[in-house]
Amino acid sequence: MTSADITHSEKNTPDVKQDFAPLLSALLADNALYEPSASGELVYRCQLDKLFTTLTILKSNVDLDFAQLSDLTAVDYPDRLQRFELVYQLLSISNNQRVRILCAVDEGQIVPSVTGFFKSAEWSEREVWDMYGLFFSDHPDLRRLLTDYGFEGHPLRKDFPLTGYVEVRYDDIEKRVAYQPVQLTQEYRDFDFLSPWEGDQELVHSTLNAEEEKDTMLKQDGDA
Amino acid sequence: MGEMQIRPLTLNFGPQHPAAHGVLRLVLEMDGEVIQRADPHVGLLHRGTEKLIEHKTYLQALPYFDRLDYVSPMNQEHAWVLAIEKALQIKVPRRAQLIRVMFCEIGRILNHILNLTTFAIDVGAMTPLLWGFEEREHLLEFCERASGARLHAAYFRPGGVHQDLPDGLADDIVAWCEKFPNFITDLETLLTNNRIFKQRTVDIGVLTSEQALDLGMSGPVIRASGLAWDLRKSNPYDAYDEMEFDIPVGKTGDCYARYLVRVEEMKQSLSIIKQAISKMEPGSVLADNNKITPPRRGDMKMSMEALIHHFKIYTEGFHVPASESYTAVEAPKGEFGVYLVADGTNKPYKCKIRAPGYFFMAAVDEMSRGHMLADSVAIIGSLDVVFGEIDR
Repeated sequence: MTSADITHSEKNTPDVKQDFAPLLSALLADNALYEPSASGELVYRCQLDKLFTTLTILKSNVDLDFAQLSDLTAVDYPDRLQRFELVYQLLSISNNQRVRILCAVDEGQIVPSVTGFFKSAEWSEREVWDMYGLFFSDHPDLRRLLTDYGFEGHPLRKDFPLTGYVEVRYDDIEKRVAYQPVQLTQEYRDFDFLSPWEGDQELVHSTLNAEEEKDTMLKQDGDA
Repeated sequence: MGEMQIRPLTLNFGPQHPAAHGVLRLVLEMDGEVIQRADPHVGLLHRGTEKLIEHKTYLQALPYFDRLDYVSPMNQEHAWVLAIEKALQIKVPRRAQLIRVMFCEIGRILNHILNLTTFAIDVGAMTPLLWGFEEREHLLEFCERASGARLHAAYFRPGGVHQDLPDGLADDIVAWCEKFPNFITDLETLLTNNRIFKQRTVDIGVLTSEQALDLGMSGPVIRASGLAWDLRKSNPYDAYDEMEFDIPVGKTGDCYARYLVRVEEMKQSLSIIKQAISKMEPGSVLADNNKITPPRRGDMKMSMEALIHHFKIYTEGFHVPASESYTAVEAPKGEFGVYLVADGTNKPYKCKIRAPGYFFMAAVDEMSRGHMLADSVAIIGSLDVVFGEIDR
């Protein structure tokens, strides 16, 4: 008893175009730079002041047609000069393509909201504000999303402890839920498995990179 | 007399309400019985999954995925193991791929039975739920026989699945597949042309395809709005490229179309389960890589090396090379994605979970404006939300 309101589609969506990356790079030339990724995904990095333009191009260009912002998040790198990295995942259904836009942001910098042309960013931006404390300008309703009413702090920052600061209990005398500082009988045991003999190559590498980055940034600042 | 300003009535829906499908607090601004604005307050089930995952090894993080959308646990695990496999660049044996495909489709049916029948109870039909849960029980039994747990299976592992199927399970699943179409027919007899059901769902919560894209919709919701988009077809993972199935596409984008799409998807899933079982051949179910997949229990009794590997994998875990990737699967509710940043240690540096229901919930405001109060219940029911994955 299949209803007439349903059709079946066997068509496969268009194959992944091989020449998509050059097209994308050409269209984003002044705004974002291609970043090679080990997973073979399309990744571009842009500066904060170019972020809005980049996302506008991706959405409005008819050949690209990235009509959906499937996800938006941030990553915290406390060692970097610009602490946070915003991550925008875009999807073009007509081209069967995904692209990821990375954008470094420092604490206290204000990010332009993209809710104007990606409605799905509304909650994602609220979540990034909640979890990382990054402020979005022109957001219609930037409140906390997932944490408790009256919560303080931004839990997904790396300097926020896993156990948090407060815990709740029911106060039988006051007849209400009461907050109190978190009390643990035992510290959370966080082992690191980096062998002291080998040294962690990745860690050594990333510290060296961070220092280099710092040097170049300082040099650029000096030039300016 | 000057103009009078009438303040809209604010109505608090939930957080403990059977039609809220979990712990949702919905603050509604009402003009009489018409909704002017809906403000969902989510996060009452927030457990900090993403923060916890940053402090666990890759293998320890796996069971958290069962607890996101607890209605179809294995589909979430699938996204996580695919993300790890992508970063480690390991191949999964064919038998394991087919077992995963089979359990993913079982998960899809599990999910759709629950959604369709609770949706029906939300709009007044009691009977489908009682019969649907009997069928779910059969499926959960299959999950239990393979993994030892009805719901929180932790069955998919990086490199394959935890254990091979026990004897006779595949035959029982095929036998069940022969029986199940009867249930779908019964369900459709009760609902598809039911006058009351159609009155509550047709032309309620209509989403155009542009709106659906803009709001970040995926899965059955975007398909009901007329877009033939299914990640199993567009970016096939595991053995999905060998499977033959159709994508049901709705025309109207209302609550009724979403119901029809899900019913049709169950039939397609049945066919995929049968295809997967018929393609299965005896073989290994875990990748042959001692540093990533644990040794078999039998080997550990005889081989010192196997014992060491077992100890290392379950304490230290494996180190994943520095990389970042976004992996998405077609979970029953829609696109379930994992954005994984690895830094070369044995723990993820960052793991963002992209849950389909999160975007559905965000769209409730736009979808329910101008509708009656009772329609908001139908809209939430048809969107298929589970708070485990929304609040994370």
